[in-house]
Amino acid sequence: MAEVVFFIAALAAIAGAIGVVMLRNPLYSVLALVCHLVALAALFLLLRAEFVAAAQVVVYAGAVMVLYVFVVAYVGGADEPLRGPGPGGLRVVGPLTGALLLVELLIATLGSGLQAISAEGAPYVSGFGTPARIGELLLTKFLLPFEVASFLLLVAAVGAVILARRRRGLDEDQGGGRTGPLDIPRPVETGTMAESVGTRGA
Amino acid sequence: MAIGWYLAVSAFIFCIGAAGVLTRRNPLVVLLCLELMLNAGNLALVAFARMWGNGDGQIFALIVMVVAACEVTIGLGLIVAMYRNRLPIDVDELRELRG
Repeated sequence: MAEVVFFIAALAAIAGAIGVVMLRNPLYSVLALVCHLVALAALFLLLRAEFVAAAQVVVYAGAVMVLYVFVVAYVGGADEPLRGPGPGGLRVVGPLTGALLLVELLIATLGSGLQAISAEGAPYVSGFGTPARIGELLLTKFLLPFEVASFLLLVAAVGAVILARRRRGLDEDQGGGRTGPLDIPRPVETGTMAESVGTRGA
Repeated sequence: MAIGWYLAVSAFIFCIGAAGVLTRRNPLVVLLCLELMLNAGNLALVAFARMWGNGDGQIFALIVMVVAACEVTIGLGLIVAMYRNRLPIDVDELRELRG
């Protein structure tokens, strides 16, 4: 029974990953990633990581993916040609690098000759991977990483607000003057990022 | 199932994500492929936690999820800022660091 569930979930996870890379529309890529995450949560359940699986579904496939969908809807998911103009060498080198990395990783893991890799794992102890056990570890042995992670989340939230805030109103947008925190009118051709790529002030 | 099967699946997903980061040009999809690579690492961590019968690997996977959420927040904020500044949403076009 576990073998059947494993193969279904593993195939769904790999198919979702391929869908993320191959689909043209970014919105469909996000939906493929949701499928991938749910399949991965099933694999976590097979590995007796119940809390991690629940967090994966609730936090990742729920909250983070909603953020992605919002940004895709905001930016507008324009269809991108998979093999458009551009440096042609990278179109070949990218997948080739992935294939070589796969060969190397498979040799490193499966060819290592470790006895434990071909076994089922340690005998199951009741309570392994439950929220109680994870919470106990987080608040005793891993208290410092837990606090640092919460601080990192705070830093990321503040950083995202500062990055994505509206720097100028819609009406002043054509003037091209105001940038920077001090709201000082800035003359054109003074080296803003928009001018450097030729979209404004040229 | 033997632990090696999980590691093989993890290696597959990681390589698909790496190839996607190298080939795709939309920064949104590049971020999605980074998520794939982080999730492959998570799967390997949880598999090793099962192998040792030790909960430490699962804690590590949770911390990786926190870091991935931070990375997504900052990356999407950058993409929104790019869109507001009328910059092209294409990593091949954005080659200059000069602001």
